[in-house]
Amino acid sequence: MKRILAVFLAVAMLACSLSACGGATTKPSTSSDETSSSDGAATTKKEISVGIAQDLDDSLDPFQSSDAGTREVMFNVFEGLVKPDATGNFVEAVASSVEVSEDGRSYAFTLRDGVVFHNGKPCTMDDVLYSFDTCAATSVYKHVVEALSAVQERTVEGNTLTFHLGEPNSDFMSVIASVFILPKDYAEQATAPVGTGPFRFVSRSVQQNFVLERNDDYYGAIPALERVTFQIYEDSNALFTALNSGALDLVSHLTADQINNLSNGYQVLEGTMNLVQGIYLNEAFAPFANEKVRQALCYAVDKDAMMELTADGHGAKLGSSMYPSFSKYFEPELAEAYPHDVERAKALLTEAGYPDGLSFTIKVPSNYQPHVDTAVVLAEQLAAAGINAKIEQIDWNTWLTDVYANRSFEATVVGFDASILSPTALLSRWVSDSSKNLINYNNPEYDQTYAAAQNAGDDAERTELYRRCLRILSDTAANVYLQDLADFVAIHPALEGYQFYPMYVMDLSTLH
Amino acid sequence: MKRTKHPFVWVGGALSGVVTALILLGFVWTPYSTTMMDAAAKRQPPSAAHWLGTDQFGRDLFSRILEGAGTSLLIALCVVLIGSVFGILIGSFCGYYGGIPDLILTRICDSITAFPAILLALVIISVVGGGTYNIILALGVLFIPSFARVVRGEFARCRHLNYVKSAKLMGVGDLRLMFLHILPNTLPVLLPAVSIGLNNAMLSEASMSFLGIGIQPPQASLGSMLSESQTYLNSAPWYALSVGGTIVLMMLGFSLLAEGLQQTDWRR
Repeated sequence: MKRILAVFLAVAMLACSLSACGGATTKPSTSSDETSSSDGAATTKKEISVGIAQDLDDSLDPFQSSDAGTREVMFNVFEGLVKPDATGNFVEAVASSVEVSEDGRSYAFTLRDGVVFHNGKPCTMDDVLYSFDTCAATSVYKHVVEALSAVQERTVEGNTLTFHLGEPNSDFMSVIASVFILPKDYAEQATAPVGTGPFRFVSRSVQQNFVLERNDDYYGAIPALERVTFQIYEDSNALFTALNSGALDLVSHLTADQINNLSNGYQVLEGTMNLVQGIYLNEAFAPFANEKVRQALCYAVDKDAMMELTADGHGAKLGSSMYPSFSKYFEPELAEAYPHDVERAKALLTEAGYPDGLSFTIKVPSNYQPHVDTAVVLAEQLAAAGINAKIEQIDWNTWLTDVYANRSFEATVVGFDASILSPTALLSRWVSDSSKNLINYNNPEYDQTYAAAQNAGDDAERTELYRRCLRILSDTAANVYLQDLADFVAIHPALEGYQFYPMYVMDLSTLH
Repeated sequence: MKRTKHPFVWVGGALSGVVTALILLGFVWTPYSTTMMDAAAKRQPPSAAHWLGTDQFGRDLFSRILEGAGTSLLIALCVVLIGSVFGILIGSFCGYYGGIPDLILTRICDSITAFPAILLALVIISVVGGGTYNIILALGVLFIPSFARVVRGEFARCRHLNYVKSAKLMGVGDLRLMFLHILPNTLPVLLPAVSIGLNNAMLSEASMSFLGIGIQPPQASLGSMLSESQTYLNSAPWYALSVGGTIVLMMLGFSLLAEGLQQTDWRR
């Protein structure tokens, strides 16, 4: 009897300690929001808490930050002359009108009147020129720097800025969109960023939160939300617990399992993450320099079974560095290039000189549960083909330094997104001398095709060359391409207007 | 005088005995493969086929718990072994000889104990990386001071007792005296320390794996399973309950045993 009692007590204590885990970093201020919505009244929420899975400790200077997570949030703060909308088109932002010449070689942007920076200063042509110069000189995005340096002439007439290109560049609009307009003579972008977007930066507490406030001087539609607090939960379980308890109003990038477990009546929206998830194989690790080994891994993986296990079958299969919402370039048949075939995988391994299989370590960022789950399932699938994949969970900062910057890894499961709305954002990475080519992919044919695409005259030819790049990646099994993850967003029932973008951003301006 | 064992010894011993037997069984046989996934049997409640149900990948929970408890117990045993062997060595020399080396070693032990063990282990693991052996090493080193302290106290007390003095007069060597004469007499204190240490080691491993820096998947440990089960608390409550229950039973068994041994009259 005493024993049973003790068990019950211990289980109760366990439950308490679990909920305490989630509550530790929760701000009490949200409790009032909860009571106002639980009585069923259609109160509009003015202040919301958004849960995010990683600390935003990167530089906030838009030309310096390389974190997808930082860009996702800062999309609301910074704007270029144009900016992408939810359908993937570019719409006028700081510029009020855009004119592209028929030969595609000159782009004229007319500055919008009355654009004011978050620090109260009006946005002038000087600021715009300063932003373009700073971006061209300092940006960590190589393709942006390259595109800007390819501009032959830049002319200013009154309120109109015109770029003259030597060669037409179909990506030029996306380049323009990624040159965020920043105020001249402002030195604190890295810590207290100032832009022109619908939300202004308020504060950031390391490992805790990140606060944005409505920009009441915004030239466009003023957002309905007054204040958005991003709560940082690097532990995905803590994030989910906080969401389910109602402490958070919006959390994106949830898994199918988490959605199944959600019991607080929030709305659930489904999209895709626009990520190219895969096992990225470092070719500096001897076995992966062999194309046959990489192909063997592709055959050994059963994408359908993996998606069934990790996401109840949600998500979209991929076969190359391109996701489905980029339909201009996406070829669904590439996803079927390597059907699940364990015998073939074994045969290829034997051919490659690994008749007894091989062993390697998959480093996976522990704060992204989908990638961890995928790695666990993959390790099991690979084992069937005699491949022993050991999993090592590392935290996100370690991933950035060890895997991304230092390339000291054998394999990693992550997803890559597009920083700009252009196939180059996904493809430039695999050029052999790219600084972001973490897998040390080196294929002269790919380099040539990619370069040819960059120099192609007309759009159809360029598109075909990009598609050929994608086929090369698939044929040579550059990586084991898996899926574009289903992206579930859980959102407070009183909130509406969430939009999925073809890029990794969270637009807060349409929420109400 | 007859040695009387406290009833807790029997209850605790029986409980830990059953659990240990099951774990030993788990090392050689589990009903299912511990890594075999089955998309058709995801998150199934306990049934005749799966006694404790299945997890999010359709893996049999009973098999996973057997493996996980085995991992946890193995780590705990190794940790206590490292801790007690080095603890006894340090403690016995310090207690028996005293003097300046004793002062220095005791201060070092004190300063290690000043940090919460878990925190220090977290630091070590984040530097040297996770995995079974690193956890054993990190925790093992951290468990040395507690044993050293207990043993040192006993040795310092015993060396003034008459039986030690007479043995010394008879010309018994220091080492023989320490490990054959004094050590057995420290058992009433040492045995509870071992079983408490076992408990603490198991909890430490569980908390480290719970935080995701201990055992790496797909290997199971009770801590990592408990951490995983959190996500499925609503859709698969049996997951968290069975893992949590296993931890409770193991802890309870060892705690009762420790308590019982402490209460037992050891005088002969």
